[in-house]
Amino acid sequence: MARDTRSLRTSITAKALSLLPRHWKRLLWERLIRLTLAAAAVVSVLTTVGIVSVLLFEAVLFFQEVSILEFLTGTRWTPLFASQHFGILPLITATIITSAGAMLVALPLGLLSAIYLSEYAPDPVRRGLKPVLEVLAGIPTVVYGYFALLFVTPLLRQISPNVSVFNGLSASIVMGIMILPMVSSLSEDAMRAVPRSLREGAYALGSTKLEVSTRVVIPAALSGIAAAFILAISRAVGETMIVAIAAGQNPTFTLNPFVPIETMTAYIVQVSMGDTPTGTLEFKTIFAVGLTLFLLTLMMNLLSQYVVRRFREEYE
Amino acid sequence: MQQSDAILQTRGLTVYYGSKQAVSDITLDVARHRITAIIGPSGCGKSTLLRCFNRMNDLIPKSRITGQVLFEGRDLYSPTVDPTEIRYQIGMVFQRPNPFPKSIFDNVAFGPRINGFRGDLAELVESSLARAALWAEVKDRLTSSALALSGGQQQRLCIARALAVQPQVILMDEPCSSLDPIATLAIEDLMRELSADYSIVIVTHNMQQAARVSDYTTFLMGIENRGGQIIEYGETRLIFTNPKDERTEAYITGRFG
Repeated sequence: MARDTRSLRTSITAKALSLLPRHWKRLLWERLIRLTLAAAAVVSVLTTVGIVSVLLFEAVLFFQEVSILEFLTGTRWTPLFASQHFGILPLITATIITSAGAMLVALPLGLLSAIYLSEYAPDPVRRGLKPVLEVLAGIPTVVYGYFALLFVTPLLRQISPNVSVFNGLSASIVMGIMILPMVSSLSEDAMRAVPRSLREGAYALGSTKLEVSTRVVIPAALSGIAAAFILAISRAVGETMIVAIAAGQNPTFTLNPFVPIETMTAYIVQVSMGDTPTGTLEFKTIFAVGLTLFLLTLMMNLLSQYVVRRFREEYE
Repeated sequence: MQQSDAILQTRGLTVYYGSKQAVSDITLDVARHRITAIIGPSGCGKSTLLRCFNRMNDLIPKSRITGQVLFEGRDLYSPTVDPTEIRYQIGMVFQRPNPFPKSIFDNVAFGPRINGFRGDLAELVESSLARAALWAEVKDRLTSSALALSGGQQQRLCIARALAVQPQVILMDEPCSSLDPIATLAIEDLMRELSADYSIVIVTHNMQQAARVSDYTTFLMGIENRGGQIIEYGETRLIFTNPKDERTEAYITGRFG
């Protein structure tokens, strides 16, 4: 009797033991996986939060010494000189010149090549051409920088003697070439995602290939194309090496693309690489500039999301 | 059928996709202001044949034809013919409704706009929608997206869109296959009405539909490696009550396909 009870008990315990640990193990394992995945996600969020708070913190210190009004409206940027001026406008105009110039190159070329690749190119041509375009995207930007300085600039100077050795034009052209693959590749993806049935519908109404492309495919792919454009602009605004090498380090309040200028990114490089002591006001300028740059791209991203939502032509 | 009654004709038409024959040796007359149905089992080349009438097969790489397709006696595949011109006169409605992601108005106005219509566009849009029996349902929301319409409405919109370019022929590629029975009936009624002014060719896998709406029926069947061929062609009434070929009889009585 006693033995029976014991054996019954042991069998129950054994059963419980054999059941429980497996259950627990599975539960633990699931939880571990979830935690690992969450941690991975948190890393990127924390990094962003960290960067933004460092920017904010240092910028606040900077603005305790320099008025925001002077910073935003001043037209002279000479923090490294004896007579210090902290007007960021020269850096902003330089950024605008180079980015706008890059977009002037990349948008039309990118869109046209996307139309060609998506609508006109026979399959073998597209299969050959797309990787070539993507190789362009893989070239280090420092190479582009020297390409601008040592090849494009001398070419421009042969055309016009007004072009300085360092100038915004050369940097914008090369930056345009750099973001071209992004524009064309993403736009092409968006255009190829437009269903064939829409194209056939347009052809059946007597459209030419050009009409199908411009009146059906592009409008239907517009949100994707807009996203590609904005991404490219953000890339241009944040691009550093090309402008630092080819556009110069000379903050000038001008919209003239032929003279040396200095973009926000180029300035940050100049100070970070130079011998400006940490903790000084000069050093803190890079955080104020960085914050401005960050806010600028943030605004652009928000704008792009609005544009994409507003002008989307949805299919199904 | 007399020669002059035929708006579309094919003469020994064979279509190849690469080296594969999709249909072969099709000789067929499509009657003016009548509904001609093309029926047959899946994969027998019904759609391929239909797409020869407005040269939509041109869009498929490696497709080519031999033989002739005549529209009002003119060879559609002659090098002097511009396929986009053909498609103004021979409209098409597809298997699945494919309205453009634009407003209802812009969908109907699309064709007239690209072919340089001069005149009252709003009036043309209204009359096209009215002909497609859709005007009453959409007249208050012409500017809203066509994609908000139901499937049956979308298909009638596609018909209105095809009518707006004022074609003479309308090709319909299984226009009801993605619609419910009520929407299907609406489209069938519409087809009967349209046949007074337009010549219609409809591909359908639905034999009841062919029997209900069409005046003439052609039965296509794939044979070995040679693609679809016409097994029998004639008045719908005769094909369905008194088929001459035993394969036709087997198909329409549901023994295969």
